[in-house]
Amino acid sequence: MALSGLEIFKLLPKTNCGDCGIPTCMAFAMKLAQKKAELSECPHASDEAKAILGAASEPPIRLVQIGGKNTLEVGNETVMFRHEKTFFHQTGIAIELRTSGGQKKLLSIIKEIEKHQVERVGEELKTDLFFITQDSQNKEDFLSAIKLAKQNSTKGIILDCSDKGVLKEGLGLLSDDRPAVLLRNALTEEDIELAKANQASLILTAKSYEELVKQTEKARSAGLNDLILNLESQDVGLQLQENTILRRSALNKNFKPFGYPLFSYIQAENDFELLAKASVFLCKYDSIIVLPEYDKAMLYSLFTLRQNIYSDPQKPIQVDPKVYPIGEPTSESPVFVTTNFSLTYFIVSGEIENSGISAHLVVADTEGQSVLTAWAAGKFVGEKIAKFIKDIKFEQQVKTRKIVIPGFVSQISGDLEDHLPGWEVIVGCQEASDIPSFVKNVDLT
Amino acid sequence: MNFEIPKETSTGRVMKVTLGATSEQGGTRSHTVTIGGSTALPFHFFEGEHPHRPLIAMEVFDKVPVKYPEYLKEYYRDVIDNPGAMAKKCVEEFGAELISIRLEGTHPEKGNKSVEEAEEIVKQVLESVSVPIIITGHSHFEKINEVMKKICEMTAGENCLINYVETDNYKTIAAACLAYKHTLVAQSPIDVNLAKQLNILLTDMNFPPEKIVIDPLTGTLGYGLEYTYSIMERIRNDGLAGDKMLAFPMLINPGYESFRVKETRASEKDYPEWGNLEKRGAYWEIATSMSLLVAGAELLIMYHPQAVEVVKKKVQELHDSKKGT
Repeated sequence: MALSGLEIFKLLPKTNCGDCGIPTCMAFAMKLAQKKAELSECPHASDEAKAILGAASEPPIRLVQIGGKNTLEVGNETVMFRHEKTFFHQTGIAIELRTSGGQKKLLSIIKEIEKHQVERVGEELKTDLFFITQDSQNKEDFLSAIKLAKQNSTKGIILDCSDKGVLKEGLGLLSDDRPAVLLRNALTEEDIELAKANQASLILTAKSYEELVKQTEKARSAGLNDLILNLESQDVGLQLQENTILRRSALNKNFKPFGYPLFSYIQAENDFELLAKASVFLCKYDSIIVLPEYDKAMLYSLFTLRQNIYSDPQKPIQVDPKVYPIGEPTSESPVFVTTNFSLTYFIVSGEIENSGISAHLVVADTEGQSVLTAWAAGKFVGEKIAKFIKDIKFEQQVKTRKIVIPGFVSQISGDLEDHLPGWEVIVGCQEASDIPSFVKNVDLT
Repeated sequence: MNFEIPKETSTGRVMKVTLGATSEQGGTRSHTVTIGGSTALPFHFFEGEHPHRPLIAMEVFDKVPVKYPEYLKEYYRDVIDNPGAMAKKCVEEFGAELISIRLEGTHPEKGNKSVEEAEEIVKQVLESVSVPIIITGHSHFEKINEVMKKICEMTAGENCLINYVETDNYKTIAAACLAYKHTLVAQSPIDVNLAKQLNILLTDMNFPPEKIVIDPLTGTLGYGLEYTYSIMERIRNDGLAGDKMLAFPMLINPGYESFRVKETRASEKDYPEWGNLEKRGAYWEIATSMSLLVAGAELLIMYHPQAVEVVKKKVQELHDSKKGT
């Protein structure tokens, strides 16, 4: 919770000594409130002032990092709804590795997951973490799983192991890798020592709010702050409400014991239910979800949902400005032009594809704005479109000399013809959904 | 440190909307269904009431959509061209709680079926199932006005959900709904102010507010889902905060929108990283449905029987947990 300048002023020495470089304590307090100065610049600040101001400047939900080379950052969220600002750190997706399956099988799955990534709207989408469970009697299985994951992947690692002796050895293998540990039982002194010795984050598990408060307070008073919360719920309905309550307590009430990212191990009767639950908690406030299996189709759906929900509402997602082939176009296929707002691109390319024809789709750079917005801002006008077409040497690539513009910007057709000599500009339909009938009725080549 | 559950109470309440009519009410349905009535954000039982859970409708067609995937057709093998039989299958085997009849084939460029053909199909469906019915149209104003006028008249008293009107074309269909006692979907293009404006236009012509359902326009997963998601959250927040012109239940189309994108149709052979096609299709509709349910959807028109089964089960779990403490 941010403090006002006056509240800060009350905590300062009020001597107007000027040692901070600012003539009066009041002026310094104002700068602190605006985050244009740091309390450390005042050599006379009391311990009380440091404690209070320190706590006030802590983010309401702590940023927690997992992984050494390839660090996942979660937490540090500031809003309940993405439209209020944005969600900053997207949900980390972990895949569970069971240690009882044998080394050979484990190695091949680790290699496959490490390799797996999907490109969507210019982003490479992939999983973030391995969740290694000790599910065999033999401790060597667990330790060799950790070694295999470490040797063959840069993803961060979460360990789940009830035998503290084995866990200690496992953590020893990850000394530079900022691992996380899932504690299934109440936090003990031994856990605290282990976390400190290995710079591990702790995932605290509890069955009620009160129990969770006790656990986080115990960890905090021991000096541990890299915490993740796992409030176990009986069902999806309760968890949705609990996740909301935890997040709201942290953000709106500045309730420190809950000011940490949330974690879920997703369990369900079948794959479809697994995806259904994961979708709910990806939207509603989990920062880490563990999936018990590796399923490419499920991951692609979840990656896409994550990309959607965690996109910044104030920044339109853009596709690369270039010429996109639809179907298998030849040098004589029709040519369409639109903007590089991702949604516009997706809809227009989808509808051209629907029409059954092959075509070239010229996606001009409008900084991610849609057709009418870009036109109004002067970014989707004849001169700019013509320049783009010439810059990418598109005229050398096709023999077609007709170009279809979106129906909503019919007014640019003359301007575009002036700047693109030799081309005939055809005004297309206004709605993308009418493209299939439009291409049937108009000669485009 | 003492913990207290931070509750936020609302002044507004989402309008309750009832669909269908029994014989006593002038229709032929075996029962009616009701959506809406919430006084808190979706599934927040700890701080409000949710008297009615969201419902799942399934869709039949006068003309099968061009892009309807083969693996979906498998579920309907012998009934896909018979809307009455397909509706029966959706209700009896797949658990549909309402049936939507999509009359896209009446669009002049998509089959140009006659008003009489549309009437015949609606009649078949009404006779073969007893659940409440949704009549879903298209964007060719002139033709759909003609079709909806006749269908409203033919189904007078059934309290169908007439889907949809938009700001540029609402008067004819809204008047027909009013005359023959149907409920209406007000569709607006992913925009809070336009949604509100259309509801004001409708209530200004004395359309009863308890007969309006909002369609905020569904962007499916990967195709604008985030816009729909946030507009729905804003509409619901504003409605609960007391804006009566936004306090309506919301309808979404995860089926129609999901099964026309590449991600539910392209083979694993062409896109190995996308994984198994049939599962991917169901996943796409499930992820779209679940995310929009937590944003406030109350009525979902779905296509994939396996997605329907799972989403319905999850809705029950979300609704039946009842408490948050």
